[in-house]
Amino acid sequence: MNAIVLSAIWGVIMMFSGIFTKRLTTVRVIALIGITVLLACTLMELNGIDFFHIDTHRMLLFDTFSLLFNAVIFTCMLIYFLLSGKDIEKVGSDVAEYYALLFFILAGVGIASSFNTLLMLFLGIEIISIPLYILTGSDKRNLKSNEASLKYFLMGAFSTGLMLMGIALVYGSKGSFSLDVIASNTADLTPMMSAGILLLMFSMAFKVSAAPFHFWTPDVYDGAPGVFTSFMATIVKAAAFIAFIRLFRGSFLDIQGKWQLIVAIITAATLFIGNITAVFQQSVKRMLAYSSIAQAGFMMFAIVSLNEIAMEGLLYYAAAYCLATIGVFAILVRMKDYTFDGYNGMGKHHPTLAAVNTVFMLSLAGIPATAGFMAKFYMLYAAISTGKVLWLVIVGIVCAAISVYYYFRVIQAMYFKDGEKQEIESGPGFKLVLGITAGLIVFLGIFPQWLLDRLYDFL
Amino acid sequence: MIPVLLVLVPLLCGIVSFFIRSERTVKTWALVSSLVTLVVSLLGLTFLKSENFLTAEAEWIPMLGSSFYLKLDGMGTLLCLLTAVAYPAIFISTWHQTYSKAHNFFALMLLSQAGLMGVFVAYDALLFYFFWELALIPAYFLCSQWGGERRIPVTFKFFIYTFIGSLFMLIGIIYMYTKTPDQSYALESFYKLNIPNSDQMWLFWIMFVAFAVKMPVFPFHTWQPDTYEQSPTAVTMVLSGVMVKMGVFGLIRWLVPIVPTGAWAWGDTVSTFAIIGMIYASLLAMRQDDLKRLVAYSSIAHIGLMCVAIFATDNMGMQGVMIQMFNHGINIIGLWIVVELIERQFKTRKMSELGGLAQKAPALSVLLVIVALANVALPLTNAFVGEFLMFAGIFNSNVSQYNEVFMVTAGITVILSAVYTLNMLQKVLFGNTSQLTANGKDIRLNERMTLVVLVVVILAVGVYPKPILEVTQSTVDMILSKMINKHP
Repeated sequence: MNAIVLSAIWGVIMMFSGIFTKRLTTVRVIALIGITVLLACTLMELNGIDFFHIDTHRMLLFDTFSLLFNAVIFTCMLIYFLLSGKDIEKVGSDVAEYYALLFFILAGVGIASSFNTLLMLFLGIEIISIPLYILTGSDKRNLKSNEASLKYFLMGAFSTGLMLMGIALVYGSKGSFSLDVIASNTADLTPMMSAGILLLMFSMAFKVSAAPFHFWTPDVYDGAPGVFTSFMATIVKAAAFIAFIRLFRGSFLDIQGKWQLIVAIITAATLFIGNITAVFQQSVKRMLAYSSIAQAGFMMFAIVSLNEIAMEGLLYYAAAYCLATIGVFAILVRMKDYTFDGYNGMGKHHPTLAAVNTVFMLSLAGIPATAGFMAKFYMLYAAISTGKVLWLVIVGIVCAAISVYYYFRVIQAMYFKDGEKQEIESGPGFKLVLGITAGLIVFLGIFPQWLLDRLYDFL
Repeated sequence: MIPVLLVLVPLLCGIVSFFIRSERTVKTWALVSSLVTLVVSLLGLTFLKSENFLTAEAEWIPMLGSSFYLKLDGMGTLLCLLTAVAYPAIFISTWHQTYSKAHNFFALMLLSQAGLMGVFVAYDALLFYFFWELALIPAYFLCSQWGGERRIPVTFKFFIYTFIGSLFMLIGIIYMYTKTPDQSYALESFYKLNIPNSDQMWLFWIMFVAFAVKMPVFPFHTWQPDTYEQSPTAVTMVLSGVMVKMGVFGLIRWLVPIVPTGAWAWGDTVSTFAIIGMIYASLLAMRQDDLKRLVAYSSIAHIGLMCVAIFATDNMGMQGVMIQMFNHGINIIGLWIVVELIERQFKTRKMSELGGLAQKAPALSVLLVIVALANVALPLTNAFVGEFLMFAGIFNSNVSQYNEVFMVTAGITVILSAVYTLNMLQKVLFGNTSQLTANGKDIRLNERMTLVVLVVVILAVGVYPKPILEVTQSTVDMILSKMINKHP
């Protein structure tokens, strides 16, 4: 509860901070304080210190899983602010409002990760989505940004419609929004209920950009300002996944056999489309958009298997993926040339940036000793332990191998090709935070236990 | 204690090397580190032989039943010794080679050594997979950065091949883990598994692909000649001398004892492929003009024989594989050193442009002849012991249905190997000097020293192989008991 209330309050504070001060640094510092406070309060709540006692009538459930996920997200957000804070200021003139919108989205993330009724799910998803439409179009003079925003809005509104319809059908057959009621007494699967589950599944697949509902992703990610693409591809996507798994594990676990195949097919399609299309990209930003689809394919393994391991794995995957992608984007948005050639010779001219970027790429590709490996490992393990979807595991393996191709293209460009020196603004602080992020990725890769133990510490 | 040191010394020294800017210092540093590793490995073989020193266990990921479990058994000791010998030999023999960004080069070399050592001592499947990949990453960077003209696409092919293979292995490992009664990745738990026969049929292939790519066995070998040709020679020595042994080693430790029925059912198929590959590679080796490609193809032929001998499931054959893993590493590193010396002096690897070296470089010639004869497996050289045991094992095999056919066809490749090796000697050493070799000089002291040491090892093992055979006997007995006991 701490996180939701505080992030909403801080959003308002951020909005007004723009009126009282024109100094961008002050605004940034307020935002940093805000995110630190949020992180601290979430950690306190994990340890049982709760500031707000509001009876939500089991509409929101703050279990360890959702709180730990929030802690992970706020940590990533802190790193994101530290790395890309300056770049947010370059997007346009309404800096305070961008920060305010980001904090409102965090409130949405808090709701989407702890809902226990379909109503709250809907609220959470919408609170995340609406500020995002604005942020996508925040580069007002850029036609591509406007187009992306409109496209995202239209498609998003459409999927919201699907979700509402799904909720209505499920409500119609069960007579309640509560996941507890929906989960009970699943023996009679009426056609109305099946249609509702399918619609919910499709709308969630849209939010996590799983194929064949991914078409908006490349254009929106490419058109939006780089800093916000980074945010959308990581934190928002992770939150949508947590909502996805909460919804399906909370309400449709008993009838898993009925819909598992459909999700498995969606997963396989997502993996293939994301990975194969990413191979053909010339722009790294667009490649990362497709890579985020591909990574979503891997996270879908958790929805397919839906066991304890999948829950742990998804949490871990979210952390690993967010850290690496935020890092890659932080460097990318400071470059002038977004193509692969832009990275040529980086190993020579910016050795530190190239080294950390290599760690990020290795992690995304899933090489051992990085968090990305343990994340993929968990997903494969979850799927294999169900004992049913071995074909999907094989598909995943093949796609993981394909993904090496485009991630390593960046490494090849940085180290094995010569290029002109590009100016990349990188102060010691920026490099330090990048170094810490890379260190965190390696640390999590070697000691995954450290994060996952927290899941059980507080029970 | 010993296994931890074997991994830790090169790992830490490698990380330090990244920060040493002077080329001379970093060379010395790397050499010292590799010598320390050699001493540690020799200690493990001689004075500190007790169980306490050879085992190390610590908690790693208890949630998954995986622990940091290292152990040196007979086979591991031998391969660690090979790795420990190989690196100083490489560093000394290429002492005069200069590299751009030498600190990165030597750091990555040492990291690859750490990965290799880890593979040979890991007694936990997940840890094994970790090291398996960690050995690959430095090799990728080494080849792509310091290799020949076509290095980037070639190395990338190598990387993708091995990466796909290892991902399949990962599925296999996870699958076996889910079947273990105590939910553990420890090798002992894997050895207790009783996997249903129908599962063993596919599990065998899913694991075998990873090892087959690494060895490489026909038809998974296509990355190998290109990579060997394009890599800097120091890296080629690591790849062919030590890294291919990862495949053979993995097959023996992590596959055949765990899925014996699969190995038994598919053994003849694999052996057939391996023998096709041996003959094919030998024929190709005869037609090569490039020295590096010749050695590369000859290596495919030798490794193929080890593969056949493993599936023969016979005490002699298995012992032959063990000793031959060591010998092949020594011999091929010797050959690469000579190739490197020739290339550095004459700027060519084409045999047609060389000739008459015996007059100009007598010391080099004598040493090359001995190493080359070891490659042909002439009696008194180390390879004879290994190949003889392997052929005997294949012939005696009770498991294979076509053991005589395999033995005879594989025997042909020995003749072929004599053909191309002697042909190579003739073209390089004898005949008239060419334009290039007219002003040839003999080799320097450091190079002579390394080659002499290798030749001494070759002859010593060739005459008295017993100490090595004793080291590996226990492992062989254990593996064979697992393979034979579980036969249907």
